[in-house]
Amino acid sequence: MTVKHVRELDRVVIRFAGDSGDGMQLTGDRFTAETASFGNDLSTLPNFPAEIRAPAGTLPGVSSFQLHFANYDILTPGDAPDVLVAMNPAALKANLPDVPKGATIIVDTGDFTPRALKKIGWTTSPLEDNTLSAYKVHALDLSGITMEALAPFELSRKDASRSKNMFALGLLSWMYGRSIDGTVKFLREKFASRETIRDANIAALKAGWNYGETTEDFAVSYEVKPAAMPSGTYRNITGNLALSYGLVAAARQSGLPLFLGSYPITPASDILHELSKHKRFGVRTFQAEDEVAAIGAALGASFGGALGVTTTSGPGVALKGETVGLAVSLELPLVIVDVQRGGPSTGLPTKTEQADLLQVLYGRNGESPVPVVAASSPSDCFHAAIEAVRIAVTYRTPVFLLSDGYLANGSEPWHVPDVESLPVIHPNFATDLNHDGEGERDFWPYLRDPETLARPWAVPGTPGLEHRIGGIEKLDGPGTISYDPNNHERMVRLRQAKVDGVAGIPDLEVEDPSGAARLLVLGWGSTYGPIGAAVRRARKAGHQVAQAHLRHLNPMPANTGDVLRSYDRVLVPEMNLGQLALLLRGKYLVDVVGYNRVRGLPFKAEELADVIMEEVGAL
Amino acid sequence: MTAPVELGLPGLAGVPTTDVKQTKKDFTSDQEVRWCPGCGDYAVLAAVQGFLPDLGLERENIVFVSGIGCSSRFPYYMNTYGMHSIHGRAPAIATGLAASRPDLSVWVITGDGDALSIGGNHLIHALRRNVNLTILLFNNRIYGLTKGQYSPTSEQGKVTKSTPMGSLEAPFNPVSLALGAEATFVARTIDSDRQHLTSVLSAAAAHRGTSLVEIYQNCNIFNDGAFEILKNRDSRDEVLIRLEQGAPVRFGADAQHGVRRNPSTGSLEVCEGDDPGVLVHDATADDPTQAFALSRLADPGTLARSPIGIFRQVDRPAYGDLMAGQLDEATAKHGEGDLQALLNGKDSWTVG
Repeated sequence: MTVKHVRELDRVVIRFAGDSGDGMQLTGDRFTAETASFGNDLSTLPNFPAEIRAPAGTLPGVSSFQLHFANYDILTPGDAPDVLVAMNPAALKANLPDVPKGATIIVDTGDFTPRALKKIGWTTSPLEDNTLSAYKVHALDLSGITMEALAPFELSRKDASRSKNMFALGLLSWMYGRSIDGTVKFLREKFASRETIRDANIAALKAGWNYGETTEDFAVSYEVKPAAMPSGTYRNITGNLALSYGLVAAARQSGLPLFLGSYPITPASDILHELSKHKRFGVRTFQAEDEVAAIGAALGASFGGALGVTTTSGPGVALKGETVGLAVSLELPLVIVDVQRGGPSTGLPTKTEQADLLQVLYGRNGESPVPVVAASSPSDCFHAAIEAVRIAVTYRTPVFLLSDGYLANGSEPWHVPDVESLPVIHPNFATDLNHDGEGERDFWPYLRDPETLARPWAVPGTPGLEHRIGGIEKLDGPGTISYDPNNHERMVRLRQAKVDGVAGIPDLEVEDPSGAARLLVLGWGSTYGPIGAAVRRARKAGHQVAQAHLRHLNPMPANTGDVLRSYDRVLVPEMNLGQLALLLRGKYLVDVVGYNRVRGLPFKAEELADVIMEEVGAL
Repeated sequence: MTAPVELGLPGLAGVPTTDVKQTKKDFTSDQEVRWCPGCGDYAVLAAVQGFLPDLGLERENIVFVSGIGCSSRFPYYMNTYGMHSIHGRAPAIATGLAASRPDLSVWVITGDGDALSIGGNHLIHALRRNVNLTILLFNNRIYGLTKGQYSPTSEQGKVTKSTPMGSLEAPFNPVSLALGAEATFVARTIDSDRQHLTSVLSAAAAHRGTSLVEIYQNCNIFNDGAFEILKNRDSRDEVLIRLEQGAPVRFGADAQHGVRRNPSTGSLEVCEGDDPGVLVHDATADDPTQAFALSRLADPGTLARSPIGIFRQVDRPAYGDLMAGQLDEATAKHGEGDLQALLNGKDSWTVG
């Protein structure tokens, strides 16, 4: 028996990479689940091609899953992997540029044939030349060992080699002291009706674990102790799941039945899938014929007193624009979820970007103000969804809720809230006549609440409040058609004032531990994690930096201008070419500096930290 | 709200009724009607306002949803709930409303441009899903509100502002289109025939699922006389075919013409009224073949041999009922949703 050493680490970044069909997302998910229940803080970054099965063994077909876990609170999925697991030559080639020298590479040699190497433009095997000399390489025939381990199951070669991801998972689980019990249970449930496949996968998983335990190739295993977290119930959650739960919770908290109209689109479809499971919460999901019908049906349901929601990505928002405008004019509650992806046009369907901000704010005809809320982390999608519903219902307005591909598919531990602590949302349906007409009381559908400027929401079925509304300009108060110039100006300004006056938006909070920072780094949306990690690095290096993050993009917190003006320099990192920066400059006349990348990937903390330190140095 | 009373009209099951006598006036809003004098829309409005009191529904449970176009102003004139929406989208908006509110009687008002051009996709999918809606398609074969361009039902060669040398496109036949889109109720009627219009509207309202009623409607400004051949006393008997359930398909002043199936081609042809092979009309047949063949009888240009009446009327579960059924089934099987349990999930862990 070899003597095994256990070394303690405070954090590790592992990247699993393989062919699209190799099950890398599943492997990553399972490792994440075990890591989450072990109690580490974690953050994940799945990265996969838009093609479902690109040709096997090619660079475009490589799919990966990166996981960062630590014994302290972390903010990002990690800049670079400490460990790369590459299941074929293409996965090695595609990911090698991201792997820092000295890192560990576990590579499956099973497919390192001259033909496979040639397919990706390698003339010699990197395992035999000097390509990998700077790394700690474990070159193993994972496929071969897996097939040997599964010999008793008499599976076809193809079926047996499919379990190699479970072998790799078992091996990595051993290396990092993760339990495999949860995955065994998972496999039992997933393949309940296919016993051989079930048993083969479990056998491969255990074989991988035992391989680490018994062979001399792996002399050291690692321990990352649990992170200290506030007491409570936790679970691991992706942004799309958290957003779905937020909508279900908001429906419950408002007493409104949830109606989702949606058309499948990456990376938002999982919200449709998730909500379609929750019929016993009274959730109706409607897979429409197109994006326009999806929002139309949601708006129709809102007219009938439901919580109308539509979910999409950037191209879908473009199609829904006219109906959003109708909702602005009708002044009905509606939530439009935009899970942003790389654009323009089809762009990068499976990659992240935050370049729809100006589209959701201004991508409609006429003066068409719509509140915008943006989630900042996967678990924050839950609370951001509730906030979007609060504004929509209280102010009778469409609201855009922005997420993105990184939040949608990335995951982190979530401190599950007690449902008793969630805010209550009051629909306050109109039930009575509200105006003294000629000789009798009557109902004016556009008689506004003086405080919120919201109009009454009188739903069909309410006797005496029958009324007609439409997209034509309405007379202030009665809501009948009006082409009067002064009335139009009044209505345009009223709609704007209503959105500008959305209350309950907390002041922009600035985190500046030294209190002496002259540089403010301001972000919005999913850059919260990378910016936070970068700011920490800069501070660790002795710099004074302040950080703030916008959750409400329209209207912005009341103190935003004051905050911006109180720093010598404001740096605004965005995954676009400067959309928030444009708004801030226009609105507050502050000469903010942008840092802009559109690579379809989240910012790296190191890269941002360098930019921050450069900016501090220039002051 | 009063409790729902079974009217014996499946399309309105679940919609509350009233014993209080209603009149046309109850359904007339205070808004001035602004269609051109002489427009066919007036007749349809009067027919709808005149026939709704007979249903005895609570007025607040009736909703009219329209798109854009002359006819889409209709909801403003009805003293019910209503929404004048955007071009072509009324079927989609009405789908969300009807699917989430089974206690409402939902009507869609649309035109040939609204329903068949910009909104073609929503129309066919509403029909396919069989959402519980009554769609009134005002077909005047022209764009009126934009002042006289050809529409998707205009005859080929139509000279309009946008087609000075004649239009190039073959027209849609709305009845054929609806039948092809798996519609469960398809009918055609004419604005000027109040009695026929009312009887078709009654049947459409009674049908559960999507009812599509094509109404030949005259635009006296931009396409006057488009249906003259079907209305004129001198010509109509020779060109108009009135479909009646269970009756032989005959037309002509003395029913001297009939319609039969050509035994060798299978298609329909005009024959003598007393031909032993004259078709007997059955709108309730599961197979839509005969209904479709009847819809193809009319000449797409002149409209000669136009059948009016109910082409198809079959039972198929309505979308909203199926959707509600799944919600009930899920709740019956697993109980009402427990939000805290949902949020906690199966893989949660506790700290402290």
